[in-house]
This record gives sequence, structure tokens and C-alpha cells, in this order.
Amino acid sequence: MSASVLYDAPGPKAVVRNRVYAVVGSLAIVALLVVGVMRLADKGHLAPEMWDIFNYSGIRQNIADGVLATLKVFGLAVVGSLLLGVVLAIGRLSDHRPVRWLATAFIELFRSIPLLITIYAIWVGFLTDYSMWALAAGLSVYNGCVQAEVLRAGINSVPKGQSEAAYALGMSKTQVMVGVLIPQAVRAMLPTIISQLVVTLKDTSLGYIILYPELLNTARLIASNTLVNGQYPYVSTIVVVGVVYVAMCLLLSALATWIEKRGRRAKTGIVMADATPPAEMADVIDAPGDR
Amino acid sequence: MNVLLDNFPEFRDGFIGTVSITVVSSVIALVLGVLIAGFRVSPVPPLRVFGTTWVTLLRNTPLTLLFLIFFFVVPEILFPGMSPFLLGSLALGLYTSSFVCEAVRSGINTVPLGQAEAARSIGMTFSQTLRMVILPQATRTVIPPLSSIFIALTKNSAIAGAFSVTELFGWQKLMSDRGFDIVPVFVWVALGYLVVTFAISGLFRLLERRMEVAR
Repeated sequence: MSASVLYDAPGPKAVVRNRVYAVVGSLAIVALLVVGVMRLADKGHLAPEMWDIFNYSGIRQNIADGVLATLKVFGLAVVGSLLLGVVLAIGRLSDHRPVRWLATAFIELFRSIPLLITIYAIWVGFLTDYSMWALAAGLSVYNGCVQAEVLRAGINSVPKGQSEAAYALGMSKTQVMVGVLIPQAVRAMLPTIISQLVVTLKDTSLGYIILYPELLNTARLIASNTLVNGQYPYVSTIVVVGVVYVAMCLLLSALATWIEKRGRRAKTGIVMADATPPAEMADVIDAPGDR
Repeated sequence: MNVLLDNFPEFRDGFIGTVSITVVSSVIALVLGVLIAGFRVSPVPPLRVFGTTWVTLLRNTPLTLLFLIFFFVVPEILFPGMSPFLLGSLALGLYTSSFVCEAVRSGINTVPLGQAEAARSIGMTFSQTLRMVILPQATRTVIPPLSSIFIALTKNSAIAGAFSVTELFGWQKLMSDRGFDIVPVFVWVALGYLVVTFAISGLFRLLERRMEVAR
């Protein structure tokens, strides 16, 4: 464990000192939390009425609709980004130079532009009346580029003998790619692919800015249209929606970690990637080589 | 071209806004991230728990939600009427700090065990070991991932524009509200961001070369 790198098993003096630090540290953290909660309570944000709004079926229905809208766009983005990812990855590994250049240019361009900028441009320029499709298209383009790099790293990590053997059997390049390399690459990279899907799920909240009625936008609408005790219940809605988001993302992350652990058990000779998301992007290419 | 030339003052303000929010929140992220990484490897359990919670929560929260929290909840706790720039930098800095923390922590893990053992055997304390032996070596491994984290931060700063911080996304919105064709606007904004991200990756490559050492 990383902890044991830095310190020995504590002796009696160190145990006492660590206990003092533990008490002081926890007190400081608890004090910060208490001050925050007290300030919120002072302003009346923690009054029961503020939380009572979630008992109304209308508001519950709104939140459910928001979750559904988020999941809908997430599903579209998953399909879109994975398809685009496969196409771009194959393009980058193509034997034809122009195809390779085109794919590389596309990936580099859209990976280095903020996703919000892309989504907004697609929304204003092409799909003004279809914010769901604009959001899905933007997410697919950006995440497709990242997934392409992940897949490419995966394909490159497949032992060379595999493709040599396939060619020796007389398979064509397409057959080698589709039948031999991609399945193994996907298997090796599954944890990273799913971790990137967590990023995609988080990014659906950008729909807020192009007025797509996903979960976050719903939350804002609920908060700004309900008046309780002369105040808008921003704090309570944000807390509730935040819990929903964190729960959804944690579930996906847990899936990635589970697959990673399972993959490590299997003795296939292919190294499974880490489940940690590649710092949101960019260093996916270096990630497998680092270890 | 006309879009840029006719609206150059706004573009310049937006560009400066993007650069300044990137710089300010990078500093916040770096300081907090190293601190929390220190918490996560410390021998004190409550601090470790705090660090883990911090990272798990922030990494699984959409940044847009974090911005919402900082613009609607935090002013109620701290001081009402904080500037959007400050709130935006804080949101962005806190969010990125969790990624910085993970990078630093994995950097610490790459330092050979013998280094820490040697440091301890000459009687260094935990904080001395961390400060004088582990962190200087970890820094070198951490630089490449940090570079991509800060590039991601620059890109994420676009969201601040939607929350009334003056920066490049705000310019894009302004121009499309004024009815300019979105394609040239997109190109200019993209170029603005590319300049910033290239500067960051260049800076980090320079750092990497300066700190390179034979191991």
C-alpha cells in the first residue's frame, strides 16, 4: 500500500501523536461542516418545508423525467461515441496515408476544443430545435475521439504474434482487425472505456447550457419555479440532484473496477487497463505504457 | 474574419478571461491537490478518509453541477455577492484538485520503496521524508499527467462562461446572439483555446526537460 512506503508501523510515541492529529484533524473538518450547515440553517435553507417539496408527486415526476432525459442522451452518446471511436481508431491505423491523416486531424481537433464549445456550435448552427440531438452529437464527437485513442492503445497492446498468426492463416486485413485485434483490444481496454463513459455521463449535464431538459436543467427549473417561505429551494434541489448524479456515476465506476478485477484474474496474457479515468482525456495514449 | 475584427475588444477580454481563470484555478487546484494527496498518504486515518471522500465526491460530480453549487449555495455560506470570477475559479479549482490529488498520489507510489526506507533509517520524520525525498522525485513522474489535467482545466473553463464569467465561450454566445454565422465564430474561439492549451503543453514539456534526471 502507498501508506507503508512513507512511514513505519508507529511506535508508542507516534501512536499518541497520530491520535492527536486525528482528533485535531477531525475536529477541524467537523467544525467546517458545522459552520456551513449552521449558515445554511440561519438562512432557512434547511427548514423542513424546503425538503417537503420532494413529497409532491409533480416534483417527483419532474425529477424522474429529468433522469430519463439524461439517460436517453447518455444512451445515444454511448452508441455514437463507441461507433465513432471504432471508425476513427481503424482510420488512424489505416494503411492509406490520407485516411490516417484525416482521422488524426479530426481526433486532434475535437479533442482539444472544449466540449461545450462544440455542443453549442452544433446547437446554434445546425440543430437549434433539436437540443437532444445536438447534445448527443457533441458528446459523441468528443468522446468518440477519446475512445478512438483508447481503442488504438488497446489494439497496439495486442501481442504482435496474434496478427502475424492471423495473416499467416490467410485472413484479410479487415478480418484480422474485426475478428482478432478489436475484440482483444476492447477486452483489454474495457475498464478505461467504461471510465470514459462516466465522463460522458457527467458531461450530459452540459445540456443545461443548451436548454435541454436533462436532470440538472430540471433541477434549476424546479428550484426557480417553486417559492417556499419566500425563498427558492436551490440548496435542497441541488443536494437531491447531486446525490442522484453521484450515485449514477459511482455505479458506472464500480462496474469499471469490477471488470478490471475480473480481467486481472483471467490468464489471457493481455494486460487489462486501469479503471481510473485517464484524467478526463489526453494521456490515454501514454497510460498503458506507463506501467 | 469580420466577426473577429469588428468585435476585437470583446474577444480580447474573453481571451484574457480564459487565461486568468485558468491561471487562478490552476493555482487553487495545485495547492489543494497536493495538500489532499498528502492527507491521503498520511498515517492519520481521519485525514485519509477525508481525502478519499473528497476525491470520490468531486470526481463523480458533473462540473456543471459544481458550478451551480458554487453560484447558488456557497454565497449563502460564505459572503453574499462574491464575484462570478472568484466563484468560477473556486469551482474549477476544487474540481481539478481531485484529479491533481490522484496524479500526485500515483506519482508518490512510483518512488522506489528503498528511498523512503533510507530516509526513515537516517531518522527523517514523515513530513521530512515527504518534503525532501519523496515529493521532489514524484514531481518528475507527475509532470506529464499534470499537463493533461491542466489542459482539461482550460477546456472546462468554458463552462464558467455560461455562468456569467467573461471568457471565450461567453464571446461565442454573444456573437451568436448578435446573429453572426456560427462557423467562423467557432473557428476563432477554437483557435483561442488552442493557443492556451498549446502554451500549457509547451510549458510542461519545458519543465519536463529541465527536471529530467538520470535514474
